[in-house]
Order: sequence, then structure tokens, then C-alpha cells
Amino acid sequence: MPENKDNDLRIGVFICHCGSNIAGYLEMEALSDYAETLPNVTFVQRNLYTCSEGGVNEIKKAIKKENLNRVVVASCTPRTHGPLFMSSCGEAGLNPYLFEMVNIRDQCSWVHMQLKEDGTSKAKDLIRMGVAKAALLQPQKPIMSDVQLRALVIGGGIAGMTATLSLANRGYEVVLVEKQKTLGGMLNRLNKLGPVITDAGSMVEELTEKITQHPKITVFTNSQATEVQGFIGKFKVDIETESKTRNIDIGVIIVATGGRVFVPEGLYGYDGKRAVTQLEMEQLLKKGLDSNIKNVVMIQCVGSRNEERPYCSRICCQTAVKNAMLIKEQNPDARVSVLYRDMQMYGVENEEMFRDSKAKGIRYMNYDPEKPPEVNSDQVSVYHSLLGRELSLPADIVVLSTPLVAQEDAVVTSHLLKIPVDENGFFMEGHVKLKPLDFATDGVFLCGSARFPANIREAIAQGLGAASRASIPLSKGSVVVEPIISVLTNEEACRGCGLCVALCPYSALEIQNTEKGRKVHVIDVACKGCGVCAASCYQHALSINSFTDQQLEAQIDAFLEAS
Amino acid sequence: MLDVGRHPNISLLAYSEVEKVEGQEGDFTVTVRRKKRYVDETKCTGCGACAEKCPTSVPDAFDAGLGTRRAIYSLFAQGIPSTHTIDPDYCRQLNGKKCGICQKTCQADAIDFDQEDKILELNVAGIIIAAGYDVFDPSQIPEYRYRELPNVLTALEFERLLSASGPTDGHLDRPSDRAVEAEIEALEKKAGKSKRMLEKFEKKFDESSEQFYKKYQKGEYQDDDDRKKWADKYVAYSAIMEPLEKLKKKAENFTTAKRLAFIQCVGSRDFRFYPFCSGYCCMHSIKEAIIAHEHGPETTSSIFGMDIRAIGKGFEEYKIRGGNNSNITYIRGRVGEISQGPNDNPVVIYEDTHERQVKSQEFDMVILATACAPTSGIIELSQILGVELDKYNFIKTSPFSPVDTNVPGIFACGCVGAPMDVPESVAQASSAAERAAEIAIQLQPEKEKIVA
Repeated sequence: MPENKDNDLRIGVFICHCGSNIAGYLEMEALSDYAETLPNVTFVQRNLYTCSEGGVNEIKKAIKKENLNRVVVASCTPRTHGPLFMSSCGEAGLNPYLFEMVNIRDQCSWVHMQLKEDGTSKAKDLIRMGVAKAALLQPQKPIMSDVQLRALVIGGGIAGMTATLSLANRGYEVVLVEKQKTLGGMLNRLNKLGPVITDAGSMVEELTEKITQHPKITVFTNSQATEVQGFIGKFKVDIETESKTRNIDIGVIIVATGGRVFVPEGLYGYDGKRAVTQLEMEQLLKKGLDSNIKNVVMIQCVGSRNEERPYCSRICCQTAVKNAMLIKEQNPDARVSVLYRDMQMYGVENEEMFRDSKAKGIRYMNYDPEKPPEVNSDQVSVYHSLLGRELSLPADIVVLSTPLVAQEDAVVTSHLLKIPVDENGFFMEGHVKLKPLDFATDGVFLCGSARFPANIREAIAQGLGAASRASIPLSKGSVVVEPIISVLTNEEACRGCGLCVALCPYSALEIQNTEKGRKVHVIDVACKGCGVCAASCYQHALSINSFTDQQLEAQIDAFLEAS
Repeated sequence: MLDVGRHPNISLLAYSEVEKVEGQEGDFTVTVRRKKRYVDETKCTGCGACAEKCPTSVPDAFDAGLGTRRAIYSLFAQGIPSTHTIDPDYCRQLNGKKCGICQKTCQADAIDFDQEDKILELNVAGIIIAAGYDVFDPSQIPEYRYRELPNVLTALEFERLLSASGPTDGHLDRPSDRAVEAEIEALEKKAGKSKRMLEKFEKKFDESSEQFYKKYQKGEYQDDDDRKKWADKYVAYSAIMEPLEKLKKKAENFTTAKRLAFIQCVGSRDFRFYPFCSGYCCMHSIKEAIIAHEHGPETTSSIFGMDIRAIGKGFEEYKIRGGNNSNITYIRGRVGEISQGPNDNPVVIYEDTHERQVKSQEFDMVILATACAPTSGIIELSQILGVELDKYNFIKTSPFSPVDTNVPGIFACGCVGAPMDVPESVAQASSAAERAAEIAIQLQPEKEKIVA
């Protein structure tokens, strides 16, 4: 051990017994004796529970009495008690970022329960490394940035309209941008909505009226967001309308751009007349179905669940069942057959509708994707895979259930907002299970069929949900970010190559033209401190606060110094 | 969970029940009973020393009864709050016996055998119901013989077997094999005791029990009371050893389950029980089959279903991947019956509807994808809150206001409203929070909003 005790550094080490969780499996006295020998360590204490009120008070007391300027706690995982210990340091007047935590429970006593000696020796290594890093820690200040109390919703379909109204009802200004002439999106092209048959048109009317009359909402139809600069709380968005382009300050953005129906050119005799999509059938039903149509054949999974489009589009089966029943309602003696692979009538309402439709005489026939149905001039032949034979069904009209696919300009939106799309072109949420309505990029949110095909209930729920997520920074009025972020520590070295910009998953870096040439700039509030940029910068120009090269090297050196 | 436990704006009232709700949106008064834990929440650090020392073992509900916990416990290791609770049904001290070991062990002095229920009154603007669902009990389906055949499990029980922190450390040990192993353990304990007794005699008479007994059987020592006792003990010992040896021999051939069957729509899409589709079970079975294959690459799984409803983002792709990479076969058909085959292997009898044939197939283990049943306390809760239920006892909502109940200011999200998967539940939770926030802001901006 080097003997040069730096007089400025006074490191306190607190070793936790965690009841018997640690003390039962490691030699605690050996640990504290060892910690006392480490460079710059001026105080060592063992506690039964460092996280208890008593334990925390001991840290505070020692900071003051022993004049500590770095604190190391060797206990459990920082995920459970890191924030508690940091704030305790703060309460005692020590900058919370001069704190380091060492996990001797999960990484030593728990995993090496049977190996007391080895576990203890590993704990010593970890403590030595923690102390070495602590010596180089620098004080940090949390970063705060104001949030513009205005939301932008892109897309005026049912999800976007719901999100807009909800945020406006919460008292926030909302700018709603819609590409088309009118609000309503896909609803404008639908007839009735399932499963409780409701008129789509009147629903759009009702919502449009509420939105246009709301004092907090500004609607731009026939418009598009063409340029987005900035980051959470401080976006600057160009909105191009028919007459002019305006630049608006925005705090948060909700993407509700929806999807579009796949048009099955060249499949199953599609011609838009005798073979139509479900969406076209909606229009025919809206106008009133030709009473000569007596035989209807619907084919499911047209253009989906295949190699090109492997996903199931979720909502086409329910659409088919709904339309099949509406056909029966208009032409009661019509024979409607649905050729399907799996009937995706998930949940309570859908399955109920499915059952009702069978009672009304809709016939369902299972087909094998290896032997797909064939559409001829006035009939459809299909191998009924449950009967095991070929059937020939007369067909006055064939209805093709095609999937919802991503919008043609989804890629443009993706570039505009720096948000990713998945392999099917739908926007990719922050986490498939736990963050379905967020993006990895802060301040941008997602709902409706832009994420994945959604029915009316789901689109409305997601619209409300996205509004809720977006309202969090709005209601706080500011974003506070942990200062464990990337910093351009060596501006000279940066060549502005942009490698880090391309790799950053959070859109937190940009290249700026400065007096010294092209240099990277870190958008503090957008940075999550993941370290990808610092690791990839071959000039070592970037570094992560509290994880600097020097600090990590000190840890590694300390590890290599065998005790 | 951790975030909920730590958030400064959330008061987490675990182990509590809502007893009464009065008022209207923007201004509800909610009476909450905080049930006695016999542990002081403000003192308990969740260290678990008490549970380590507690002498009473209880079937572990979290491990679906497949493992054991102690009478003082936290539901599972990562549970929030980590405060422990004494189970009054099993605790020796609370049942008049002498114990109190936990109290002596607890260094935080948190054990309080005299604790009483506490009644709290909360004033809130909005209420969100997120009471979840129950797993359908498949023993109601006689032809599947759940509980009767040891290797027929529910999907949730199987989930515990797959879990590294579960009762089998993540190995797919079959319940029938585990029962044999438990029996061996019990017999070995008995045999040890019996053996020690024999050793006393052997020492005394300086002869092995076996040799002695041969002579005894030939008619020697018939008048010696002490040796007579010895002979009785030896007979008792042999009576233990014989089945023990047999069981041990049987256990030599035990392996983990390799041939798995998953049966879909158990209690769902079934007019006898729940006609609706539970939505998530197809994906749950596929996930379990994929994970089982990760545990043992020779594992094969057959999933029996009417439709495989892989309807979420990436689900169909996951299903195909399971078929291509994880030895999953999807069979279209409803299983008619499960019977007992050799070696405790369940045999599945079904109609393969694509081949139009009734078939039977033997498996090591059968997993039942049970329906999402309305949560058991929902009728009582709905009466307290005044909210309407649908005909299945899910909370009634409309497709156009998917989280609003019939009572203004009371919202519902997740499976309490209808079966749904994780992403949809998470999205709905945000929706319900949004609706509650709208109410809170419009009607009662100065009052605290809490989730009940």
C-alpha cells in the first residue's frame, strides 16, 4: 500500500452488517481492519443496518465530527439505498456526488455464502477499489432546465384527438397538427365501430367540436411538422401550413400518426370492386349494400403473417366479424363465410361478438396458409382444413382483410424526431412491456396505431395514457437530471467527426460549428450517462461525470494491487 | 415496485383494505383498514433474520404451495415494502404456545404481538381500481384431473418451477418425483433414529443386529425380554428400510421434465366457466415453453389450442421463433381428457382437428393455461365503491371511455376491467392516472390525489 496519505482527502468507510445478511457470511472485523489501512481513509465504522435511521445518522455525525470529504458505504446494491445515502451526505453538508457505494452483499456474502474466506477477500478488493475511486470523485450539481408548458400532438386521429383533449383539460396548451384536411384520421373512413355498434362519423364530429372549441387547443389541419430542434422541455418545431411556416416552442411531443391499410394489389383478384378490402367494405356498408349481394366470402391474413409482413395485425379479425354481422343486418339472407387461419378474437368483448356472429349464421372456415384460397370469377375455392376437402363457395363479393401497415412517411417522422422504428416500420417504444407509450428519447411519447395496430378502445386508452406520460414534465415545469452525464472534457481533442452523435441512443449529442471548428455539444438534460459516446470517442474528448477514465483506471489499478 | 416504494408523493398502504367510500368525485372520503402485521413498519428493516429463526414452516402461497415459508414472512424477497408480517394462523406465540423467537431475534425491536388493526380516513379526489384478477381453479374441470395427477400443473405453478428463486431453483423437477424425494428424506430420518436405537443394542450385546436376528428367528433368546425388544426394533427398522431402498432405486432414474404439454383455454372459451378469451395465455404458454427450452435444449413442447392468439407487437414473430428454435409444436385441438400413464406421466387425449383424428400422447408434465378469473373480492369492493360490474364480474367500462366506471371520479385499469397483457395494462394504468388527474385538477386542485 502506498503510504502517501493526502492530507486534503478524508475518506470515511461505513461497512454494513445488513443484520446477518453480510455479517453472517463475511469476516466483518477483518474488513474494517483492512479498510483502515487503505490510503486516505481516516474513519471506519461498522453498522448493523447502515440504512436504518441510526445508521444514516452515524454517517451524518461522522461527516461533521471527522470532517470527512468522501464517503464510501460498503453494503447492498445502490439500486435500493444509493439515493438514501447520497441525500444523507447532502444533509450533512457534503456534496452527494462525493459518495461511492460498494456492494458487498449481493456480490460477496450472497453469492459466496459457503466461502467465507474468499467472500471476505473479494469484499476487501471491492472496498479498496471503491476507496480508490472515491479519492478522485468531484462534486457535481444536478442539472435543471425549464419546460415549455405546451404540447405538440402529431396526428389528429382518435388517439391524437383523445390525447389533445385530455392534456387541454388538464390546463396545458396543445398544438394539434393533422396532415389531412379534417380531423378524425381512420375514423373518417369507417362506418360503424365495434364491438358495441356506434356510428364512427358522429364520434368524429363530437370530438372535433370539443377540440376546435377548446380555448387551450390550436389545430393546424393540412399541415405538417417539418423541422424539430431541441430537446425535452425546449423543442422548437416548424409547422408548415398551407399559408405559411411558423416556429413554435414546444415542451413535449406526442406521436399519434396512426397507420394505413395495406392495399392488396395482385392478391386474390383484388380490384376494388368485386374483391375489396375491409376498409372499402366499410364504405359500401355506409352507403348501403347492394341487395343483390347474397354471397360474401372474407379472407383473413391477406398480406400479413407471411414472410414479407410476419406480424399479426391484431384488429382485422374483429373488423371482419363486425362487418360480417353488418352485412347480415343489411342483407339478412346473405351467406357470409370467413376463411381464417386463427380467429384473433382476444378478450371479453371480441370473443362475445365472435360468438354472436356464429349465432347469426356467419360461417367460419379454417384454411391452411400452405394451401391458400383461390378467387375465381364468381366463386372462391378453398381447402377446408378441418373437413379435409376442397370447397367451392359462391361469391358475389370477396372481402380481403389486410393488415394495418406503417405510414409511408413514418421514416420521415422517425428522422425528424430521432425516434426509432421497428422491422415492420412501426415506431419503437422505450420498452415493449414497461414503457409502451414512451420513447427512449425524453419528452417524446407514442400512442395508437403508429405504435402497433390498435382498436378504438385501445387507441383511446393509449391516447389518455400518452397524455398522462407527457403531462409529467409539464406538471413539474422543469426537468431535473442527475449530473452523471457526458462532458466534453477535452474540447481541443474533439474533431467533430460525429461518430458519437450517430451512436447516442438518446439524441443527446449534436455537432456545433464553433470558433474552434466543428465540436460536439452535449445536451445535458437529454443525456442519460450511458457512456457509449465516451467509450467510442477515439480522441478521448468525452468523459462521463463520476465515471471518468481516471476514476475507472484508479479502480482497476486498485484491483490489480493484490492485497 | 422500488420506484413506488420510494416516491415522495406516494403513501403505500400495503396489507390494507378499503372498507367504506363516501362523497363524490373531487371529494371522496375513504375508510381504510390497515391490518395488523404484528410487526412495527417503522422499525422493521426487512432483514429477514426473524424468518430465518422462526420454527414454523407453512406452505408458501407465492410459490403456489410448491415450497415453504415461515410463519413470519415477506411475500417474496423483492416485495415492497420489505416489512415482514406474522401469519396469525400459524404463529406459535399467537396460538397460545410458547415461542417468541422472532421477538428475541429482531434487533430492530419491531415485533409487536399486541398490535391491532388501524383505521385510516383518507380524503381523495379520485379513485383508481387496479385490483387485478384471480387464476381460475382448474380442479373444476373433472376431465383434466388437476390435483389428482401430480404432474398436471397450472401455468403459474410452472412459472415458479422455472424461476431460479423458486422452490426447485429453476429445475423442472416433477412434483411426483419431488414427493418421492420428500418421502425418502422423511424415511431416512426415521431410519436414522431407528438405526441409532439398534446400535445401542449392538453395543450392549456386541453383535450385529442382522446376525442376532437370524439367531433369534431360529428360536434363540426367546426368554430374554431385552433381546425381544431388540428383535421388535429390528423388524421396525427393516419395515422402514425396505420401502426406502425401493424409493431410492426409483429416484435413481428421475430426470427433469423434458416432454411438456401446454393446454390452452382452461376455463376460458368454455361455456361451463368463462365464455370469454383471456387474451394473454397463448403468449404465456409460448414464453414458458421457450424458457423451458433454454433450461434444457432437449426439451420439447406441444401447445394445444383452438386458435393461437399471438396478437401483440412482435407476438406472431415470437410464436414462429418458438416453433423454429425452441422445439415447440402447435397443435390445433381442444384436449378432451388427461389420464394417468406409466411412471406418473400424464397422457393427453385430444382431437387433432387438422388431421381429424383422436390421438393420445404421453408427456412428463402438463401445464394448464388457466383463465383470467375476476378477482374474488370484487363483488364486495364494487358494492363499497358503487361501481357496476359486467356479467362476468369484471368492472364495466365502455370502449369509448375505457377506464371510466359508472361512478364519476372512480376509474379502473388492468385485468380488473378485462383480461389483458402487460403492455396494455401499463398503458391503461397511465390512462387511469390521466383521468384521475383531470378530475383532481378540474375539481379539487388543492387536495391530494391518491390511488386507492
